[in-house]
Amino acid sequence: MKLRTLTLGLLSASALAFAAHAESITIATVNNGDMVRMQKLTDDFTKANPDIQLNWVTLEENVLRERVTTDIATKGGQYDVMTIGTYEVPIWAKQSWLLPLDKLGDDYDVKDIIPAIAGGLSVDGKLYAAPFYGESSFVMYRKDLMEKAGLKMPDAPTWEFIKQAADKMTDRANGVNGVCLRGKAGWGENMAFLTAMSNSFGARWFDENWKPQFDQPEWKNTLQFYVDLMKADGPEGASSNGFNENLALFQQGKCGMWIDATVAASFVSDPKASQVADKVGYALAPDNGLGKRGNWLWAWSLAIPAGTQKADAAEKFVSWATSKHYAELVASKEGWANVPPGTRSSLYANPEYQKAAPFAKMTLDSINAADPTHPTVKPVPYVGVQFVAIPEFQGLGTTVGQLFSAALAGQSSVDDALKQAQDAATAAMTEGGYIK
Amino acid sequence: MARAVTTQHKTIATAAAWVVALLIFFPILYTIITSFKSEQEAIQGFNLIPSGTFESYSEVQQQSGYFKFFFNSVLLSVGSTILALIVAIPAAWSMAFSPTKRTKDILMWMLSTKMMPAVAVLFPIYLIFRDSGLLDSRIGLTVMLMLINLPIVVWMLYTYFREIPGEILEAARMDGASLWNEIIYVLTPMAVPGIASTMLLNIILAWNEAFWTIRLTTTNAAPLTAFISSFSSPQGLFWAKLSAASTLAIAPILIMGWFSQKQLVRGLTFGAVK
Repeated sequence: MKLRTLTLGLLSASALAFAAHAESITIATVNNGDMVRMQKLTDDFTKANPDIQLNWVTLEENVLRERVTTDIATKGGQYDVMTIGTYEVPIWAKQSWLLPLDKLGDDYDVKDIIPAIAGGLSVDGKLYAAPFYGESSFVMYRKDLMEKAGLKMPDAPTWEFIKQAADKMTDRANGVNGVCLRGKAGWGENMAFLTAMSNSFGARWFDENWKPQFDQPEWKNTLQFYVDLMKADGPEGASSNGFNENLALFQQGKCGMWIDATVAASFVSDPKASQVADKVGYALAPDNGLGKRGNWLWAWSLAIPAGTQKADAAEKFVSWATSKHYAELVASKEGWANVPPGTRSSLYANPEYQKAAPFAKMTLDSINAADPTHPTVKPVPYVGVQFVAIPEFQGLGTTVGQLFSAALAGQSSVDDALKQAQDAATAAMTEGGYIK
Repeated sequence: MARAVTTQHKTIATAAAWVVALLIFFPILYTIITSFKSEQEAIQGFNLIPSGTFESYSEVQQQSGYFKFFFNSVLLSVGSTILALIVAIPAAWSMAFSPTKRTKDILMWMLSTKMMPAVAVLFPIYLIFRDSGLLDSRIGLTVMLMLINLPIVVWMLYTYFREIPGEILEAARMDGASLWNEIIYVLTPMAVPGIASTMLLNIILAWNEAFWTIRLTTTNAAPLTAFISSFSSPQGLFWAKLSAASTLAIAPILIMGWFSQKQLVRGLTFGAVK
C-alpha cells in the first residue's frame, strides 16, 4: 500500500514537473489547404518534441494581416510563429520586428530553398522567414479548346498570342469565355495580376525617385489591353472575380485560359473537384518581348516575431514545418501531389513528384522567371514583383485596384482611371515623404 | 363593408409583414441552405435546393473543436451581460427617478461612444490590454464587451424605468415601505420584464460582437466569431464550410431568440408608445 502510494506520488510529481516544463507556442496562420494539412500532421512534431505544445490560430487572410501587424508593432507577444508573405518580410525585417532564422538545424539545408524565394525572404543576406509554400503565376489552358481553335500554345506565349487564342476560344453561346482574369479590387487581388502584367509591358509603379508612373504610355498600354481583352473574351461580371471565383469558373469548364497562381494547378487537375482535370495544359505567363514576363512571386512563410519569449521552440517548429522531412511526411500520408510546392529545389528534382504533379516543371520555371529585386524593365527603387514592398502599398494598392476594377466594369474610362491613380499615388507618396 | 375593408387591410399588412420578415431572414436561410451543399454547388450560383450533404459539417468539426469556442461565447455573453446589468440598473434607476438638469446630456454622452468606429481606439485598447496582461483572457474580454454594450443597456433600462409611474413608489412609501422593501416588493416585480428583455438583447449583441472578440483573443478566450473567421480561405473554395461554421455559431442564439421573442419584442418597443 505504501509502495503504491509512493509510486503514485512520484508519477504525479513527474507529470507535474513535465507539465510545468512543457512550453506552448502559438502559431497564426491562414486557412489554405496546405496549412490545414500541416495542422493535421503536427503529431509528428509533438512526438519528437514532447516538451512543446502547439496552439493554432487560423484567421481570414486580411484579419490575419491586421492582427499580426497590430501584435508585432506593439510587441504584444501574442504569437510565437506568424504566417506572412513576401510583402511583409522585407518591411518587417528592416524594422527589426522579426528574428533572423539562423538556428534551423544542421540537416535543414538552407541552400536547397529556391533562390528566387530565398531572395524575397532575406534582408542583407539573412533569412527572416522560412517558406512554407511558394508560388508564381502561369497560364492554365484547355488543351481541347486550343486544339479546336486550331492553335498550339507555346511554352512561353506572348500577350498577342493570348489575345488571338482568347478571341478564337470564346464561345458565349456555350458559356465558354476565352480568358478569365482577376478583376476584384484589392492589392492582393486584381493589383497582383495587373502589376505583374504591367512589368511585361515595361511599366513600373514608381521611377528611381519615387515619382508615380501611371501617366506613362506603358501603363496605358497595359490597362487598355487588359480591359479590351476582358470585354471581348472575359466572363460576365469579371470586375468582382478573384482567385476563388475564377477557380470555380475554370473547374466548370467556362474558361479557355486562366492566368493565375501556380498553386491553382493542383485544384484544376484534381478530378474530384474539376470537370476539366484531364484537359489542362500549362505555359509560362505571357510577355511582350521586353525581357520581363507577367508572372509574380509569392511565398507564404513562417516567421518569428522579435517579441516572442519562446524563440527556440518557435524556430524548432519553423524548421520542422519547412523541412525536407515534412515534405516526405506529407508524401507518405497524402501522396506527393499534396506536398507544399515552390520552396525547395530538391522537390522538383524528385522523379516521384514530377510524376505526381505534371505542372511541376512549369511551376519551377515560372518561379525562376521572377526576380523580386529587379522586377521591371526600367530601374525601380523598390523590391517586389506584384507589389511594392513599402508600408504604404496596402492602402494605395487597394485604392488603385478599385479604380482599375471600375474601368473594367465600364464605370470609368481607362484614361480617367489612370489619371485618378496617378493623383492617388502622388498624394500617398507626398504624404509618406517619398516625394515633395 | 367596413368589416371587408378591415379584413383586406389585415391581409395586406400580414402579407407585407411576411415579405419583410422573409427578406430580413433570407441571408440566414441561404447560409443554412448553403451549409448543406458541396463546395462546388455552393459557388455555382443561386440555388435553393441543396444536395443535402453533411460533408461541410464533418469537415468543420474535424478542423476545429466547436465546443471550446461555444463555451467561450456563452461565458463572455452571459458574463458581460450580468456585469452590465450590475452597473446599469443603479445608473438607469437614478436617472429615471431622480433626474437632474444634466441627465439628458449624460445619456447622450454615453450613447455618443457608440458613434465612433471601434477601429479608432484599437491601438490604445490593445496597449492597455497588453500592459495589464489581459490579451486573450476571458476576464478582459468580458469587461470589454460589458463596456461596449453598456450605453445600450442603460438606455433601454432608463426608457423602461421611466414607464413605471412614480406614484406607485410614493404609495409604497406612504404605506411605510423601507427603501429595500420598495425595491424588492414594488419596483423589481414591475421591472423584471424590462430587465429580462434588456438581458436577452445584450446577450445577442455580445454573442455577435466580432471586432474585439477577434482582435483581442488568440486561443484561450476565442469565441464563435473567431471560429467562423477561421474558415475563409484566400486560395480554395470555402463557402459551404464557412456556411456550416456560421450555422453552428448562430444556432444557439437563434434558438434562444425564438423562445424569447415575446420578451425581445417587448424590450425593443417599450417607450415607443407613450
